[in-house]
Amino acid sequence: MNRFLRDFRIMLGFSPEKPAASEIAPEVARIMTLKYQDNGRHIQEKLRGSESRPPGHKWRNRRWAVLLAVNLLFVLSFWLDIQILEGALTGSRFVGFHMIDLNAALQVMLAHKHIIVNLVIGTITVFVLWALLGGRSFCSWVCPYHLAAELVEKLHLALAKRKWVTDHAFHRGTRTVFWALFVLLAFVTGYTVFETISPTGILSRALIYGPGLALAWVFLLLLFEVFWSRRAWCRYVCPIGLTYGVVGSISPLTVRFKVEPCLHEGDCRKVCLVPHVLDVTVRGRATAPATSLGPDCTRCGLCVDVCHSGALFFEFKGLDG
Amino acid sequence: MSANDKKRQSRRKFIQSTALVAGLVAFALTGIVPVMRDDKRRLRPPGALDEADFLASCIKCGQCLQVCPVNAIELGDIDDGFGIGVPYVAARAQACDFSCDAVQCILACPTGALTYNKPPFLPVRAGAGLAKPPLLKIKAQDPEPTLNLKERMGLARLVHPEACLAVRGKGFKGQTRGPAFAGKMRYLDVDRWKPIPVREHPYERALCDLCVTECPIGDAIALEAFAAPDGTQRLRPVVREQCVGCGVCEMVCPLEEAAIVVEARAPWQEGGV
Repeated sequence: MNRFLRDFRIMLGFSPEKPAASEIAPEVARIMTLKYQDNGRHIQEKLRGSESRPPGHKWRNRRWAVLLAVNLLFVLSFWLDIQILEGALTGSRFVGFHMIDLNAALQVMLAHKHIIVNLVIGTITVFVLWALLGGRSFCSWVCPYHLAAELVEKLHLALAKRKWVTDHAFHRGTRTVFWALFVLLAFVTGYTVFETISPTGILSRALIYGPGLALAWVFLLLLFEVFWSRRAWCRYVCPIGLTYGVVGSISPLTVRFKVEPCLHEGDCRKVCLVPHVLDVTVRGRATAPATSLGPDCTRCGLCVDVCHSGALFFEFKGLDG
Repeated sequence: MSANDKKRQSRRKFIQSTALVAGLVAFALTGIVPVMRDDKRRLRPPGALDEADFLASCIKCGQCLQVCPVNAIELGDIDDGFGIGVPYVAARAQACDFSCDAVQCILACPTGALTYNKPPFLPVRAGAGLAKPPLLKIKAQDPEPTLNLKERMGLARLVHPEACLAVRGKGFKGQTRGPAFAGKMRYLDVDRWKPIPVREHPYERALCDLCVTECPIGDAIALEAFAAPDGTQRLRPVVREQCVGCGVCEMVCPLEEAAIVVEARAPWQEGGV
């Protein structure tokens, strides 16, 4: 099976599989042999050498700055009437150009079954934008719920460390089921059923137009993530994430993994929202010297920040020398 | 971990995942309850499609709210169910007085949920269509004095005739709705392009006729004579077919509880109001 299809299947919920020895490129096999000869002396030396280098927060800080800036631009455009980015995340106008959230567009098109030109224009604009910028980068660089969930995740992890809570994982395929059900429900009922519970829409509107009762629902979701299941909404539910994931599957902007410098410590997988995309970093899983992470990757850069060997980095296909 | 444990764990995961799907979808579907009960009967902005089509086509972005010069538009909350994020006009607090002239909210709508041109496959409900384009009184001297609006938002109705100042033969003097009222309107004698708070525009009427004079639409409401039970001749506001249901009459009614209110989506019935 080719890499694209395999990564797509993993995004839908299939588990990554260990590659057969025949699939591993000879160059990769040679690199791995060199790395681990002499009882892994090379790795041990490298690890000792890297102890003094704490992980940075470069990409996280940039990402939070962008996320806050985008949402602030929505808020200020309305409050100060500067009209740069009018509307909310579901639909807006950026200096007059229509922008329509792809999942909201899907819901409305299926529920209403009538599509006007402005809706098509806004949908295509956003499709092109996120196809270029990485698809699920919408999640980590724009979605306000992602930031809220990221913050309460720290609380979850602190409590889990003290063994006060444990993470109850659901099957990742659950999100695909949700996506299909909400598509079906929009079409059959004629209502945008998902929007009623979408914390992305709720939070975006609350920021711009003021808080409401709906914030209680978002608060409940966050409590669920602190006490029951780590990042449950983004990992197992959100159809917006899957919609953008599909768009990102053709994106030139990816996080890329080089097997040669990797010390296979696994720190990247620990900080990752979607660790299955980092399966390639497990010793013996890489088949090519360099691999782009699958479309479920939100391009959040936490793995790039935490990796001190330089094995993980951002790449924009065609722009790098 | 033994194979048996693994099997049990994956079974538990499957059951929990199924419960998550069932629970969340069921919760999302409870959004139908407020829609079916229809007890809020929101007054939708001008140009809105019929309720079910409106809820389906609205993308819940609030761009209509942002362009309204009098801030007449609010968005539904989660207790509106599928109406979450969907715009409505709370007319008693702030009616749509067409201060924007061109119905900006319709122009702002990206999905056609608010529209000048209803798609041909959507029928016009009986009594919702307007016989002729509504005349905007403030534009009466303009070359094009009408609003591009083909259907009404609702219909005004005198629900408390016994309380109505006009019916009781009473006048009105002062700030309608009191000094704390935040609602806005534009006045031709102040500035056609700048709505001001209603409290800054006091009235003095020998017989209260605010709902008639402040109505922005031509020939939508008028005082008509009628014989009261005590045999005297009185005047009362009568709503006419050109009423678009904007809610200005409800907003300006000086009584504690408005005698005239707009009923969202109410159809026009010949001789019925």
